[in-house]
Amino acid sequence: MIYWEIFLAFFIPGILGYGGGPASIPLVENEVVDRYGWMNVSEFSEVLALGNALPGPIATKMAGYIGYQQGGVLGSLVGIFATVAPSLILMIVLLGFLYKYKDSPKVKRMTTFIRPTIAVLLGMMAFSFFFTSYEDTGIWQSLILITASFLLLEKLKIHPALVIVGAMGYGAFFLG
Amino acid sequence: MKHLQIFLAFFRVGMLGYGGGPSSIPLVHKEVVDKYKWMNDDEFADVLALGNTLPGPIATKMAGYIGYRVAGVLGLINATLSTIIPTIILMIVLLSTITSIKEYPWVQGMTAAVVPVVGVMLATLTWDFYKKSRQSLGWIKALAFICCSFLLMEIFGLHPAILIGVLLLVAVLKNDKDPDKDRHSDRGDAS
Repeated sequence: MIYWEIFLAFFIPGILGYGGGPASIPLVENEVVDRYGWMNVSEFSEVLALGNALPGPIATKMAGYIGYQQGGVLGSLVGIFATVAPSLILMIVLLGFLYKYKDSPKVKRMTTFIRPTIAVLLGMMAFSFFFTSYEDTGIWQSLILITASFLLLEKLKIHPALVIVGAMGYGAFFLG
Repeated sequence: MKHLQIFLAFFRVGMLGYGGGPSSIPLVHKEVVDKYKWMNDDEFADVLALGNTLPGPIATKMAGYIGYRVAGVLGLINATLSTIIPTIILMIVLLSTITSIKEYPWVQGMTAAVVPVVGVMLATLTWDFYKKSRQSLGWIKALAFICCSFLLMEIFGLHPAILIGVLLLVAVLKNDKDPDKDRHSDRGDAS
């Protein structure tokens, strides 16, 4: 039952991803790559790279595309719905209740407590991306791309979309 | 008329918000508070605070709620779809094009070169999350949480959803000795 699987794959990251879209990236990877095997690490990185290069919220772009790939237009809608609807419905229903408790230490602690876990998930993902790159292109090409993109993104603050386009250009000429 | 405004406001937010949901917050503010005056600064701050207490992407939660406030259920649907549909269509078209020309070596080179770049983006995101954890928990606790999460998920193969669920439960059930005092100190060192 593909639509049910799509729903579950995006419902879980949507409901657990405290701290906005980026926090749910490793949770989506866990479902899509590790559990359901819909794509491998390198295909997932293509989706993530393009998602990062395009505007708009990242979680829904991933859900929309992966849902489309697995189940067509309906799959895409199921993926988006599973990502967006549960927390949106909660927000509208619990509005009064939440409003009262938004400064409560318990509510703040929820984000604080899961942050280190998300950091580990993101770190492991970064590692598997580096490892895939090492396997595909070798150590020197990987190091060149890692160093160059780090300097461009973090030191020179170049826009991620431009860095990704630049890397694609480099790849087309030197890794093809 | 109102629906056209909702569409335009959130379409612009979706198309201009590079870098995921959180980066679109100031854009939403500009449309909703400055341009269309659907709410004032205080109300907007409340919506943002509420959105942050719930899981899931922040941009769609804000769009949905503000759309609902302005024009009911139809406004909710309009605002949410305007935020996300244009870029999802763009994404599907571009990725399908890439897949159909995948056999060419230069295309394979392009996708191979993107992998380490995304790795760098994830590594910096990791560092951000670690820094925020250190600010809110202190570095000893932060490292302890990180080591335990790593052991449980990578060595013992625990599903992240279970670990996060347990952590959320502990955060809610943990007793506060002096709630009032806690509340004040919590505000003081908010990250």
